[in-house]
Amino acid sequence: MTLKKIIERFSEGILFTSSTVTTVAVLFIVIFLFKSGISLFKTSSIEEGYSLALNARNPVKKLTSGQVKDIFNGDITNWKEVGGKDQDIQLFTLDELSAAYTEEQMGAKFERLPSCVEDYVSKNENVITFFDNRYYPKHFSGHLLEMPPISFKEFFLGREWYPTAIPAAQFGVLPLILGTLWVTLLAILIALPIGLITAIYMAEVASERVRRIFKPVIELLAGIPSVVYGFFGLVVLVPAIQQLFRLPVGETALAGSIILAIMALPTIITVSEDAIRATPVSMKEASLALGASHWQSVQYVVLPYAKSGIMAAFILGVGRAVGETMAVLMVTGNAAVMPHSFLEPVRTIPATIAAELGEAPFGGMHFKALFALGIILFIITFIFNSLVEMIKSKNNQ
Amino acid sequence: MKFLTKQRGKQLKQTLAFGTFRLVSFSVIGVLFLILGFIVVRGLPAISWDFLTKMPENGMTEGGILPAIVGTLCLVAGSMIFAFPVGVFSGIYINEYLKESWFKKLVRSMTNNLAGVPSIVFGLFGMALFVDQLDFGDSILAGSLTLGLMVLPVIIRTTEEALKTVDDSMRLGSYALGATKLQTIRKVVLPICYPNIVTGLILSVSRVSGETAPILFTAATYFIDRLPNSIFDQVMALPYHLYVLTTSGTDMEKTRPIAYGTALVLIAIVLFVNLLANSARRYFNNKLK
Amino acid sequence: MPNFKVEAKNFNLYYSEFQALKNIQFQAEENTITAFIGPSGCGKSTLLRSFNRMNDLIPGVRTEGETLVNGVNVYDKSVNVDELRKQVGMVFQKPNPFPKSIFENVAYALRVDGIRDKRYIEEKVVNSLQQAALWDEVKDKLKKSANALSGGQQQRLCIARALAIAPSILLMDEPASALDPISTSKIEELIYDLKRNYTIIIVTHNMQQAARVSDRTAFFYLGELVECDETKTIFTNPKSLRTQNYITGKFG
Ligand SMILES: Nc1ncnc2c1ncn2[C@@H]1O[C@H](COP(=O)(O)OP(=O)(O)OP(=O)(O)O)[C@@H](O)[C@H]1O
Ligand SMILES: [Mg+2]
Repeated sequence: MTLKKIIERFSEGILFTSSTVTTVAVLFIVIFLFKSGISLFKTSSIEEGYSLALNARNPVKKLTSGQVKDIFNGDITNWKEVGGKDQDIQLFTLDELSAAYTEEQMGAKFERLPSCVEDYVSKNENVITFFDNRYYPKHFSGHLLEMPPISFKEFFLGREWYPTAIPAAQFGVLPLILGTLWVTLLAILIALPIGLITAIYMAEVASERVRRIFKPVIELLAGIPSVVYGFFGLVVLVPAIQQLFRLPVGETALAGSIILAIMALPTIITVSEDAIRATPVSMKEASLALGASHWQSVQYVVLPYAKSGIMAAFILGVGRAVGETMAVLMVTGNAAVMPHSFLEPVRTIPATIAAELGEAPFGGMHFKALFALGIILFIITFIFNSLVEMIKSKNNQ
Repeated sequence: MKFLTKQRGKQLKQTLAFGTFRLVSFSVIGVLFLILGFIVVRGLPAISWDFLTKMPENGMTEGGILPAIVGTLCLVAGSMIFAFPVGVFSGIYINEYLKESWFKKLVRSMTNNLAGVPSIVFGLFGMALFVDQLDFGDSILAGSLTLGLMVLPVIIRTTEEALKTVDDSMRLGSYALGATKLQTIRKVVLPICYPNIVTGLILSVSRVSGETAPILFTAATYFIDRLPNSIFDQVMALPYHLYVLTTSGTDMEKTRPIAYGTALVLIAIVLFVNLLANSARRYFNNKLK
Repeated sequence: MPNFKVEAKNFNLYYSEFQALKNIQFQAEENTITAFIGPSGCGKSTLLRSFNRMNDLIPGVRTEGETLVNGVNVYDKSVNVDELRKQVGMVFQKPNPFPKSIFENVAYALRVDGIRDKRYIEEKVVNSLQQAALWDEVKDKLKKSANALSGGQQQRLCIARALAIAPSILLMDEPASALDPISTSKIEELIYDLKRNYTIIIVTHNMQQAARVSDRTAFFYLGELVECDETKTIFTNPKSLRTQNYITGKFG
């Protein structure tokens, strides 16, 4: 008797624990994403252990990471452009240093490097240096630049994503966000009408026999792995687009959208078919009995009735498409630039994470930035999910 | 009589609309067969006994894909060992034990949210938690747990759906005979609905075997010259192998046939699993009748 | 031979294997009310739905013989079903207004018929609502959702909706069975008034209702039309013993 009770209690405990796993998992996902992602906004964009320095007489006291990048790229060549005197900017890094000083001056073990740096910086007013912190002398006459941490504004509105640029990496995610939106929206624009039409056909027009063939085929469409879609896109679609539009490369936003559309179809079809089927027969009968044709009944009664279900299908489809990684990674060309046309390469958020996380040094800035991208992705899909749930619970009322 | 006259636009519109719908729908099905057909035709020549049972050779331009097949099997098995019991238990608890309450709502909505999390985010998370925090390293264990978490919502939902099909009178009948809740579930409820649960399980196998993003940073490796012998080993996996071959192979021309072969094996697994699930469904349905 | 408005000749109907109607012979004259009575499952609704071919929707339905409206076999190939249904209005057991405004519910049949003239539609809607004795109750809230009406009002709205396209026949399948007594008597009054302009067939389980509103009554049993005669005759002096038993409440 008591043993039975104990077993009963114990099993219930196991069942209960299992049921909490999903909640805990979501919680952990949030914690781990944010732990790494948020700390991006506490790090300066200059690699740890390195510093930039200017001559003390240079009136410029602050540079943004974008300005630093432009200076070292040669896009900014005069101090005037960043609020200084009208002087050419002179870069001074290890390369220039070893050109300017003899080995003797630097010392056999580079032990006199700091004094060389001191010497050069004090003599040249227009210089900007980039060295390991160890190479700056203890009593440095120059002005060590303090780089502010990356701001939310720079992150979300920055138009440049150069995560490995030296000395100042650029983490502007705007092109990635826009790339994701472009690819996703076009995909849904293609998939929604087609999916809806197929759903109407299956629910209203097709005979039972045709439906029995369609159903498993669409299930299969949903089951094909995304790499296989990506592979198919790469070997068939990409060359086709390249030839059709006479492009230098076929890996484009358009290719990504088409593949995504095919992948989103099963979700859209299944969910909207269910919604269409949920329309009460009495509604359809009422319409038909009034002399409406079948198509009119579908148009004016069934579809309005299934509206919110179709809405849910749309949102679910978008949610899936936003998060899709491999297929998009394989066919969109992955150029992290602001998208201008559907016939150019773009890069999405998931593709960026997949392509770069492997190379990003663990715990570094780049690594953190990718986790920050993960947060964005998580939040977007979280919002979409909540919308779907809202619609569903409204329907049940 | 008035109703003998055919009516102009209305009928024509319907014919046109439904005709278009038929055309579009059959094109959708056509696209699927195009994809399937293409990969089967191109992939078949690559398939041979050696292809399935040999290690890759010569920088993966020759030889087989055995380690990728084995790796995928390991990951599928590992994730199912974790996700199946947890998912089924969880489904049972939600449907049989939980009363309508904020807790049930929370669990439901968290399960839905987990289902919507993109697979690459699972990859990030798996890397942060299993690979790094718990120090499993890139391994079968870390990959399996990540994949398992990903399919967990699918299994929970199928279990719930299956349990819902069991009529409440069955449960009441069993209670009336003095059975406990656990006994009722084990002896009455589960025997009725386990076919649906099994079908759901089979379908989640197909999902797991094709996923790439979650194992990218938790388990998969580009190349390894031996088969795994512990759960802490890195593995090759079919989907990742296909990805690598098509995007960063050393010699694209030479690896293409192997890529087609790998894609075909992947599709074959999905096809097989789907067929299995369908025939399981049919078999159980017939048995119930 | 009188010209019948609605008829069935040697009519059989099968749901796949199951024969739901057996060799039905039935006639109804213009501007009369016929009541269909009989135990549950005897085929009343099935026959009713054969006059406007609503049975077409059910897969596996097969018919033999003819049902005629205005002397035309409705199952004939040349018949346009939509046009037939414009002639033959139908009201269902459970009120089933569309989740649209009251106005749009009534205007629906006109709109799907391709009528665009706003003034004409408005006129028809008002007219139909008046005929259905609903106008005074809804004239201030035509834009409101039909779902906000009471069950009885909804059913009268469904009748108004059916009248808008100006049918000559009204089929009613237990139109008052889901309603309270007051709504029921309102519907009954309405049906009686409508007789002037429409030929009406009404299915009912309520003997008193059949006796109150109908001119003729048809008694069905297990898919057969047992007896069809003047309502008075059926209720006072039925020819068949089965009819008598049913009416006196001995079975069904
Ligand atoms: N869609 C259908 N498929 C198969 N059989 C049906 C279908 N609809 C009705 N039937 C059968 O046909 C017979 C007649 O049904 P019908 O609905 O006409 O009865 P009824 O006289 O209207 O009954 P009630 O008074 O309950 O409405 C019944 O035996 C019923 O089971
Ligand atoms: Mg009936």
